[in-house]
Amino acid sequence: MQLSRRQFMKVGAGGLAASSVAALGFLPATALAEVRQFKLAHAKEIRNTCPYCSVGCGLLMYSLGDGAKNAKAEIVHIEGDPDHPVSRGSLCPKGAGLLDFVHSPNRLKYPEVREAGSSQWKRISWHEAVARIARHVKDDRDANVVAKNDQGVTVNRWTSTAMLTASASSNETGILTQKFMRSLGIVGTDAQARVCHGPTVSALASTFGRGAMTNTWVDISNADFVLVMGGNPAEAHPVGFKWAVEAKKRGARLVVVDPRFNRSAAVADEYVPIRAGSDIVFLGGIINWLIANDRIQWEYVKAYTNASYLVDEGFGFEDGLFSGFDQGKGQYDRKTWNYQFDEAGNARTDPTLQHPRCVWNLMKAHYARYTPDVVTDLTGSPKDGFLTVCRYLGETSARDKVGTILYALGWTQHTVGAQNIRTMAMIQLLLGNIGMPGGGVNALRGHSNIQGLSDLGLLSTSLPGYLTLPNEKAHPTFAEYVAKTTPKAQQPGQLNFWGNTPKFFVSLLKWFWGDAATKANDWGYDWLPKWDKMYDVLQVMDLMHNGKVNGMIVQGFNPLTSFPDARKTVASFSKLKYMVVIDPIATETASFWRNHGEFNDVDPAAIKTEVFRLPSTCFAEEDGAIVNSARWLQWHYKGAQAPGEAKTDQEIIAELFLAIRDLYRKEGGKAPEPILNLSWPYRKPEEPTPEELAKELNGRALADIPDPKDPTKFLIRKGEQIPGFALLQDDGSTMSACWIFAGCWTQAGNQMARRDNTDAGLGNTPGWAWAWPANRRIIYNRASCDPAGKPWDPKRALIAWNGERWGGADVPDFKIDAAPSSGMNPFIMNPEGVGRLFATDKLVDGPFPEHYEPMESPLGTNPLHPKVVTSPAVRIFKADRERLGTRDQFPYVGTTYRLTEHFQFWTKSVALNAIAQPEQFVEIGEALAAEKGIRTGDSVRVSSKRGFIKAKAVVTKRVKALKVSGQTVHQVGIPLHWGWETVARKGFLSNTLPPAVGDCNTQTPEYKAFLVNVEKIVGA
Amino acid sequence: MTLQSLDIKQRSASPTTAPEARNPTEIAQLIDVSVCIGCKACQVACSEWNELRADVGTCVGVYDNPTDLSSQAWTVMRFAEVEENGKLEWLIRKDGCMHCTEPGCLKACPSPGAIVQFKNGIVDFHQENCIGCGYCVSGCPFNVPRLSPKDGKAYKCNMCSDRVAVGLEPACVKTCPTGAIQFGSKEDMKEVAAARVADLKSRGYRNAGLYDPPGVGGTHTMYVLHHADTPEQYSGLPADPAISTAVGLWKGPLKPLATVGLAAAGLFGFFHYTTVGPNRADGDTHETHEEDRS
Repeated sequence: MQLSRRQFMKVGAGGLAASSVAALGFLPATALAEVRQFKLAHAKEIRNTCPYCSVGCGLLMYSLGDGAKNAKAEIVHIEGDPDHPVSRGSLCPKGAGLLDFVHSPNRLKYPEVREAGSSQWKRISWHEAVARIARHVKDDRDANVVAKNDQGVTVNRWTSTAMLTASASSNETGILTQKFMRSLGIVGTDAQARVCHGPTVSALASTFGRGAMTNTWVDISNADFVLVMGGNPAEAHPVGFKWAVEAKKRGARLVVVDPRFNRSAAVADEYVPIRAGSDIVFLGGIINWLIANDRIQWEYVKAYTNASYLVDEGFGFEDGLFSGFDQGKGQYDRKTWNYQFDEAGNARTDPTLQHPRCVWNLMKAHYARYTPDVVTDLTGSPKDGFLTVCRYLGETSARDKVGTILYALGWTQHTVGAQNIRTMAMIQLLLGNIGMPGGGVNALRGHSNIQGLSDLGLLSTSLPGYLTLPNEKAHPTFAEYVAKTTPKAQQPGQLNFWGNTPKFFVSLLKWFWGDAATKANDWGYDWLPKWDKMYDVLQVMDLMHNGKVNGMIVQGFNPLTSFPDARKTVASFSKLKYMVVIDPIATETASFWRNHGEFNDVDPAAIKTEVFRLPSTCFAEEDGAIVNSARWLQWHYKGAQAPGEAKTDQEIIAELFLAIRDLYRKEGGKAPEPILNLSWPYRKPEEPTPEELAKELNGRALADIPDPKDPTKFLIRKGEQIPGFALLQDDGSTMSACWIFAGCWTQAGNQMARRDNTDAGLGNTPGWAWAWPANRRIIYNRASCDPAGKPWDPKRALIAWNGERWGGADVPDFKIDAAPSSGMNPFIMNPEGVGRLFATDKLVDGPFPEHYEPMESPLGTNPLHPKVVTSPAVRIFKADRERLGTRDQFPYVGTTYRLTEHFQFWTKSVALNAIAQPEQFVEIGEALAAEKGIRTGDSVRVSSKRGFIKAKAVVTKRVKALKVSGQTVHQVGIPLHWGWETVARKGFLSNTLPPAVGDCNTQTPEYKAFLVNVEKIVGA
Repeated sequence: MTLQSLDIKQRSASPTTAPEARNPTEIAQLIDVSVCIGCKACQVACSEWNELRADVGTCVGVYDNPTDLSSQAWTVMRFAEVEENGKLEWLIRKDGCMHCTEPGCLKACPSPGAIVQFKNGIVDFHQENCIGCGYCVSGCPFNVPRLSPKDGKAYKCNMCSDRVAVGLEPACVKTCPTGAIQFGSKEDMKEVAAARVADLKSRGYRNAGLYDPPGVGGTHTMYVLHHADTPEQYSGLPADPAISTAVGLWKGPLKPLATVGLAAAGLFGFFHYTTVGPNRADGDTHETHEEDRS
């Protein structure tokens, strides 16, 4: 308050006067003193799920009116759902600000087109939009679809149009999109998982059998020790972090290892700094320390891991290279990365762990190099901090002590992303923490339904339920697909669940093509597109850059902001003939052709791309289910009408499909069968409902299925929803769009809408929503018991063997009646039944994680093996290699991240969040700031080889200079939320800076460690 | 017994006595700084519920946005980086009304019914009675109330009295992801605080403690601090807040004198105007310019 002295005297006199007048007896008749009226007394309450991150918090939405026909519903308030077992009424600043997302001035209301070379949007009708897009699609597909490859294999592949799908859309939208896209032959497709948690799936599936977060949010509170590394849950998953804080309140210790002291560190017991991109050194050092100090859960390791398995004699590691490297191809031949097998096809083992070729001894030798001194030298972490983490983790090797890890993109977004995670997965196996309540490897997924979209196979080479899309070489025929994707058990008595692959696959094909899929035509196998190479987003963008992609359909994705090397992205988009953007809000992608001065310096007239912008509903305006990080499918309900002419994604996809199919029916065309035969059994073909689609996800019987034990009975009758995946058949008598979701909508109804939050024990709430697989909440939970079936820790008894069957607070992740004496092991998805310390040939860059420098290294060398500095298995395109910088020009390590006030690039359109964090900034340590003469609040220019951004400087004690390998390494923190479609202050695209090069296994880009320079902007 | 804000305990500039028959429980909001992650969910939930939208500001080189309390921002997070003996701490405090048992604002307020204190402890501003004098601002030992540039009236956190009145917790409390803000009877909150303080002491925070300052009769917003001996390092939380002597005198012994003074001034003014004519305002403008330059 700014009052001059004179003004103060005035108000003073006025106040005195009023007060004294009152005292003289001139009181106002009634001094009103009621509280404000409670505004929700009769508002309609609707349950929904937060659309931002993957914690999946429950929402209560309140809409105007009581639902009467004459009142137009409008959301007036949103707060947390106190019944929700995870969020318990809480919402983070994103969730708490959702009202302003629903009502954002950046919501799209009408279909629009930006004509070639134009500098503005033009409103058009839905009819015109759909007709024009269908025409583009048909013309491009007819011109470019490859029906058969050179070998004569039917491949039905269309690579000149790509599609991106939305990780915040519902499963129902996702599965309809899968059907639409694959029928056209699109293989250039990804959801946000590609730029996000792709490496998680690779790393965890190659270790444990499934690529998902192992435990649940609430279960984090059962931990004795919580390690936060490669993630920042207090900022990216604040409500999930509630349970880490809860663990701490119950006595657990919490340690954060991160390049900067972040908001997770603010409440940790210890904070340990680390150089971005050196995590494998730190984690490999932990493996070495655990072995050297005998902090191993021996019984667990011997029984439940492949420590005793003998490895092929040809396998080796020397000077930074594993055996089988082909220098010319830049790839490994992985033939020797395997076990030794006996004649029966079982892997050879040495239970005494004495054999020099057993996994244990190879692993021990591999990590012997990672001594505490090496760790300190390469990571810059202080030795006592490193040893503190070792000690805390080491304590959890006891049967009654459990530790957990919370990580996210700080580990995935590296060229060694999958291997970062693999290292931690190995640590957790060594400590016996997998399958345990309070343990696990907890991948905190990004978007609200990124887990669902991964489950639904919305990635270039995937199909629903983690089935692979056929490859033209490996799987030219149905028979070869089935033979090669159905593993055989590698130890006697194992469940080897993927042995059921044919049942899942045939049921999927029956969903795709319905009655047209017959045994005679191999269930329509030929109609699926077959890939020749992975068309991940980096591949697609490079092809686009080279003029090989004409069209792009972008559903709920903002690739211009989220792909690396944004200047290159703009240049690539400019080569497209057409782009279709389906989104509830305005995105930079849709307006990439618009000049925004320094932020986007382009000439619209020179950009000939036709851009269609189609308005879709947001979460509040539709029904459906999304899958949270803990694999819970949670159903949500519509609370209001969409603004303007916006439609649901399902309607939009259906209308596009019907228009395209009509063109093929009328005009004929190239490879029309997959489109014309596609099953489209929806009551209103132009508007498939979420209920119809959810039921298809679950699957149903297409014929009566007799009970093999009693021929007079049936397991299920024709037309009934199947109760679970165990009933799926490989003879065409069942259909299921996603086998792992079988059980989500059974004859008993919608299981995803269940709301019983009763704690069945250890915070487990099996009656809330529904989790895949089979409603199991903690996967691999058989491993929470010793080989005899008794819980390792009586305080953490989740399930146990009662002499006849397994049971307890959770659904056993095991064959329910397989006795401990049966020899069946807990990792039922792996053909050997055990967790893998040695990943065999499952990853392309090595069976043991090894430290390689980021592609842009501040050291310029790798002290562990100077001849092999960066990962040899990296795939990098020529244009991108030329855009790599070096430390002489760009001496500092840049790393990008999220802030808690914002969600990716959405909430800059949300007033409440823009107020809480209004302007782009970067974080710089005091030492670097002093060197560069930068004071806090100054404007700075941060540049990489690929471009620059300008931002405010936050000079902080929280980012420290590190001593690494004899030199000082400064790190620059780059929050990523800004752009020009915004209600906050306009900003630069932070992803102008990182390079377009990805994780060896999944091509998730290296956003977390690259080189930059920083300069103060003089005169700003 | 109820936590709801039914009866009024005090009302500004009003001689009425409080009803005594009902005895609602005293409530409190407990802010556990040691588990606060500074996410600003409370800020956002507060603005959403109370229909406030501050201007989109700028980054001034720290995380604090909005940078200060205002009529459109009733609670803000204040971030302080404190480094001692090589150990860095990021002390993050949710700032806003403390709901003092002896509210300086209410005591200073000259307008009847503009500030009330409910028997459950909530101190609420009623803008329809506010004359915009700003005395509450100077009367507050925590520098919390702010005048709106739109209507000149004073605003601050009312602990969501409308929610509490129907049996709900305040919006900030409900939304807090880590349970750093809790709500209940003041007695219960003190017990929660004691357990938290014990936990902090077990982790080596020897001076952990509860902030419930006696200088204002205790507060209904309390803090658990890891360093209760030095509250100032939490972005200037006063160590020993009290109602200023000026306000104490003003509304205490000086009040009857002021009333006489006012009557005399009124008479004097009347005679001065009728005999001498109105004063001119030239000097006034001049003085303002001077101060602007300083």
